[in-house]
Amino acid sequence: MSIRTPMGRARGMGAAGHGVGEFWHQRVTSVTSLVLAIGMIFILLTLATSTYAEVRATFANPLVGGWMALTVISFVYHMYIGAQEVIMEYGPKTWKLGLTLANTGFCLMIAAACLFALIKMSFGVL
Amino acid sequence: MSQIQKPRPLSPHIMIYRLRMTMLMSGFHRATGLALYFGMVFLTWWLVAAASGPNAFGWASWFFGSFLGYIVMLGFSWGLIHHAVGGVRHLIWDLGIGLSKEASMRWAIGTIIASVAITILLWLVVLIVA
Ligand code: HEM
Repeated sequence: MSIRTPMGRARGMGAAGHGVGEFWHQRVTSVTSLVLAIGMIFILLTLATSTYAEVRATFANPLVGGWMALTVISFVYHMYIGAQEVIMEYGPKTWKLGLTLANTGFCLMIAAACLFALIKMSFGVL
Repeated sequence: MSQIQKPRPLSPHIMIYRLRMTMLMSGFHRATGLALYFGMVFLTWWLVAAASGPNAFGWASWFFGSFLGYIVMLGFSWGLIHHAVGGVRHLIWDLGIGLSKEASMRWAIGTIIASVAITILLWLVVLIVA
């Protein structure tokens, strides 16, 4: 007989080898992404016919820059968890570490590039 | 001792089932999620180009004004809308609503109709604005 509880033995046995945190964060970032995406679509729509100077003036507005920054953060965290889920379910065992590193690197680069661009457009003079 | 072993039994997988709308929409949700994942490169390119200067922005504008650019934007917008509608369906399921066989089938059909309809509406607005 083991003194471990059934819950203790079951924990961490999922595809990713750990808990339910990602599942919950995936739901929370779904809701935030939905709200943020709607705003993003409006922002991009208004820029459809803008000149370069108008685009920069729009992004210099802190509400626009801030909204887009939040959108990028929410999307990137959400897509990181989602891709991680796909890797853990379908990735061949020997590839999982490599794919995890690739996913992490890709998501960090997307986030860094977008946030750098948004911050530069917020603070930078044209 | 016999070395011959029967292959391990496999659980039924996608090949064995008749294609149903619910199953197709499940696949679409994952496919659009992954397409958006890589599609973020285009949004990033556009933002970095805008931050870099008129020259870089001109190149990005040239691309997004091209035929391929429109395909990318059409794909990204439909993918985002489809994934979002399907995602809301997932969140409603998480509340324990709409899980019956009949309801899930209706919602699967509703998802694809809604995503195509919203995408068409969005592009009608683009055509009117632009
Ligand atoms: C706009 C609102 C969005 C909502 C409501 C939403 C909702 C969801 C939900 C509920 C899931 C989990 C599905 C499951 O448990 O099987 C999911 C998965 C995923 N999402 Fe999103 N999402 C949104 C936007 C995005 C965006 C913008 C991206 C990428 C840039 C993205 C990428 C992914 C990926 C890669 C997965 C994993 C695919 C899978 O597990 O099948 N999502 N999404």
